[in-house]
Amino acid sequence: MTGIWDWGYAVEVLPALLRGLQVTVLATLLGSVLAFALGLVLAIVLRARVPVLHRVVRAFVEFWRSTPLLVQAYVIYQVLPDVGITLGSLAAGVIALGLHYACYTSEVYRAGIEAVPVGQWEAAAALSLPRSRVWFGVILPQAVPRVLPALGNYVISMFKEVPLLLAIGLVEVVTVARQLSADSFRPVEPLTLAGLLFLLVSLPASILVRRMERRAGAG
Amino acid sequence: MPVEPMVVLDGVHKRYGDTAVLSGLDLRVERGEHVTLIGPSGSGKTTILRLLMGLEAVDAGTIHVGGRCLTHMRRRGAVVPADEKHARAVRRTIGMVFQQFNLFPNMTVLGNLIEAPVRVLGMSEAEATRRAAELLELVGLTDKTHERPTRLSGGQQQRVAIARALAMRPEVLLLDEVTSALDPELVAGVLRLLRLIGESSDITILCVTHEIGFARDFADRVLMFDGGSIVEDGPPERLLVEPRVPRTKEFLAAVLEGR
Ligand SMILES: Nc1ncnc2c1ncn2[C@@H]1O[C@H](COP(=O)(O)OP(=O)(O)O)[C@@H](O)[C@H]1O
Ligand SMILES: [Mg+2]
Repeated sequence: MTGIWDWGYAVEVLPALLRGLQVTVLATLLGSVLAFALGLVLAIVLRARVPVLHRVVRAFVEFWRSTPLLVQAYVIYQVLPDVGITLGSLAAGVIALGLHYACYTSEVYRAGIEAVPVGQWEAAAALSLPRSRVWFGVILPQAVPRVLPALGNYVISMFKEVPLLLAIGLVEVVTVARQLSADSFRPVEPLTLAGLLFLLVSLPASILVRRMERRAGAG
Repeated sequence: MPVEPMVVLDGVHKRYGDTAVLSGLDLRVERGEHVTLIGPSGSGKTTILRLLMGLEAVDAGTIHVGGRCLTHMRRRGAVVPADEKHARAVRRTIGMVFQQFNLFPNMTVLGNLIEAPVRVLGMSEAEATRRAAELLELVGLTDKTHERPTRLSGGQQQRVAIARALAMRPEVLLLDEVTSALDPELVAGVLRLLRLIGESSDITILCVTHEIGFARDFADRVLMFDGGSIVEDGPPERLLVEPRVPRTKEFLAAVLEGR
């Protein structure tokens, strides 16, 4: 029996862990794209007070925000097949992340939209701009840059929540580390490395977001 | 055949919560007429312009612009409050310039000027750009064509805002204290531009201002407001010089005092 840390074993498990990390990053990126897009739609529906729809959206957001991601992932992965929608772990995981975080990003967009002075809406109305141009030509180009750092922070928290999706069988970096530990009875190397890999991604990401925050604050 | 007035307000009521701002206001402005609205703060001048621009809805009464009803429309033979689409169509003939300029900071000066002509009037980008160049020449800001509005002085921003409103070729132009947010040394340039526009076009103008000297040579008619009503109505050379209503006298004295 070697000491508490075996370099040889660590090097041996690294490639598998890196493949797991790819899945984690991929799930985060796809989940973010969904969360950004859907959150924007939710924010616009809420702000534009689209009749009926905005009540449905508000209820959905409230409900979805107050249930755990894990439960949501289970529902999407295991209950949807009963109604004929079968999704792989990654697809189900991405949808779960995207829906869950869309509720938060919609709030972020809302704050950004509210920060645009009312005079901008009025000037756009006085020019008779069509509604789509008011949103995509005037309001969002001012609102979105301001909230990019906040959106970035949600990407980072999403990244750290991906391992929860092992519950629906997503083989990402922590799942890989657990399997390796179970197979070899050596948990130290795989789990430590998994943690380090997380740090390696989330730390630079956090620094990037800080920098964006500073720039947004200065600008 | 009598030419119908450009702007007609009939029995317009408007309240905000418990505050009744307008209680049955009637107003007629002829085609091409330049009307200046004066009166103390809170007397409802801005509210009238906002109602005309469709930024607020009337509680009762009707507004016609260029013979078309802004506040109501016909649907299946019945007269109903105007919907968004109807209001937008009528509003196309009206332009407004705000105290705070409200230029779009995410676009260049040129972008601000061509946005509505392209998106609303369906003008080609080349045509809109050519027109924008003419307007920038008129307002003396050709060299700022590709600048961001935030890099301009207040006076320059306001001149761009005026050009932006004119780019839509409105029949009616609404000006709400357009020099009030400017540093004193920048006011003259904007007023000079407005005089030029007033003299060189047949556009109908409603202008809220505290610049009495400007009102005097710009306006065909001055309306003195107090508490949401027109308390005096007359040509500037008479109303501003020999006001008949005590309230107008007091107001003019206070404004002249303040400078
Ligand atoms: N959005 C609003 N909500 C509540 N009260 C308002 C609003 N806008 C204007 N008012 C009130 O209506 C009255 C008339 O305002 P306004 O038309 O802006 O006057 P003026 O332009 O002559 O100074 C004032 O008493 C003002 O406080
Ligand atoms: Mg006012």
